[in-house]
Order: sequence, then C-alpha cells, then structure tokens
Amino acid sequence: MKVIVNISLKEGVLDPEGQAIDSTLRNLGFNNFNNIRTGKQIILNIDKINENDVLKEANKMCQELLVNTVIETYHINIIEDK
Amino acid sequence: MRAAVAIFPGSNCDRDMIVAIKKITGKLPIKLWHKDTEAPNLDLIVIPGGFSFGDYLRCGALAARSPIIKNIKNHISRGGALLGVCNGFQILIEAKILPGSLVRNRKLLFTCKEITLEIQNSLQSPFLSSYNAGDCLNIPVAHNEGNYIANNELLKELEHNGRIAFKYKKNSEIETDYNPNGSSNDIAGILSQNGRVLGMMPHPERSINFLHGGTDGLKFLTKSIEQIVG
Repeated sequence: MKVIVNISLKEGVLDPEGQAIDSTLRNLGFNNFNNIRTGKQIILNIDKINENDVLKEANKMCQELLVNTVIETYHINIIEDK
Repeated sequence: MRAAVAIFPGSNCDRDMIVAIKKITGKLPIKLWHKDTEAPNLDLIVIPGGFSFGDYLRCGALAARSPIIKNIKNHISRGGALLGVCNGFQILIEAKILPGSLVRNRKLLFTCKEITLEIQNSLQSPFLSSYNAGDCLNIPVAHNEGNYIANNELLKELEHNGRIAFKYKKNSEIETDYNPNGSSNDIAGILSQNGRVLGMMPHPERSINFLHGGTDGLKFLTKSIEQIVG
C-alpha cells in the first residue's frame, strides 16, 4: 500500500522558512492568508495487505526515524492499491 | 589517554579534531567508523562537525541511527567522556543522548564567525571544571542549524541543574547579533546529567593555532583532556 507521511513543525515552534515565504508572498501582493507553515512529505510503499498493519509499521517508522517528535507532528495517509 | 574520533560519511572536521588531540596528547586518536560495532575501552570519544549523511532528513538524524551509536551509548554508560561539536552536537540530540532540539538559525543564514562564549555555573564536568563561571572563550561557530530549542520545563531543568555549559555572550550593550542563531536563553552548549557528555555548537578545534586567530579552543581541549585523564 502507498503511504504518505506529512510532517510539519508543531504549533509554536519557530518556522523561519515559513516566515520568509510569508513575507515574499506579501511582497507579491498576496495578503489574504495567514498561519503559513512549512513541512515535508515522505512517500513509500509498504508491502502488507491489512491497512492496520501498514499504519502500525508507518507509525513505528515515524517514531524511530522520520519525525523528530520534540518539534514535529505528523499525519499518515494510506492509499489502497487499485 | 585513549581518545577516539567517530567519523560518518560527510563528517568534515574529523581531521582538525585529530590534529588538535594529537597536539595535546602527542598521540593520534583512534578513528571510529560509523559502521563499527566494536570499540576498545576509551576515555574520550569526540563526534566532530560536518554534514553527516548530507544533513538529509534532519541534521544528525541518520548518523544518530548508525551502528556506532550503540558503542557510544555503552561508552557513556561506562562513565566515558563524550564531546559532540556542531554536527556532533546535532547527532547527540538526535540520538537522544542530550535533550531538546537544534533547528534552523533564526535568520536562515549559515553563520561562520568568531563568537564569545561565557562559561556558566555548571554541575561538575571534566570539560568545565578548570574554568570559573563567567570566564570567556573566543572560538568560532559555523553552522546552519544551531538554534537550540526546548520547552519551558526543560529549559528550567537545564538552568536549575547546571546543565548549561556555555552561553553566547553579549560584549556590549549595543551588540544585537551576539547570539548567532537565535538559541533559547543564548545556549551554546549543554551537559548530560552526570556532566560527562558535552554538546556544543562552537568549534574548539578551529582555534588551536595563532594562525587561526586564537588558541582558546586549544586551551579548552587541553584542560578537558587533563581533567578526563585525571
């Protein structure tokens, strides 16, 4: 199954990259937005049939390596094979 | 003195650290490779600066999951001394040997310059016991992710238990960029609970020769090694 992990900085953690993008967007005339945050996406395949097992495995990967849980949060999306 | 320098793909201050240790002890330190699963009994392991694994994922994240880390953890549980400089500090944080997090510099700039470090009133540590609180060192920093952050609880714990080794020092009232990265409480280096592990962003090995513009780093490393040997 295809797994998409979205990782972003926790609320309250300084995001200087987000701030830089914020100010450039405003320079370009976009003003109708707020709360810009950056993050990263990790996409992988996990060879299991049961969605629960996939979620468990992906969660373990996040806890052990993919995410720094001190400063980041994550969300796992699982896309079933067609 | 049995010292070793742990090397990862992308480490680039390993040679400088080896030169510094040789200069002090007269002996070449052992080189440990990230894949080593066995290490001899050592007094000191240094994790040098650089860009281990290209800073992929997060600085230090991949190095912190290397086979050598298990050795390093055994070394500190035996009471061995451990020093992480710059990327080495980031690796210690990612390996959860030291708490908190090191994130992108506040101004998004790679900062490479000499700064002033003020020794803090810390717990007993071989790295600091030759100094008094308030003593200063001038040594360079060179990093992109040196902004130390921690929640308020942890910051209080570090402050109250003397686990802050150095802070960036403001040299004059008008100086605004004395803290090169935006670190919480101006923290430049922290200690483990037993004082035998030190993580620091500045590079003492880049200040060991008058041609470097100073030798405070050499003095710091010399005093540390003297204390570790006992």
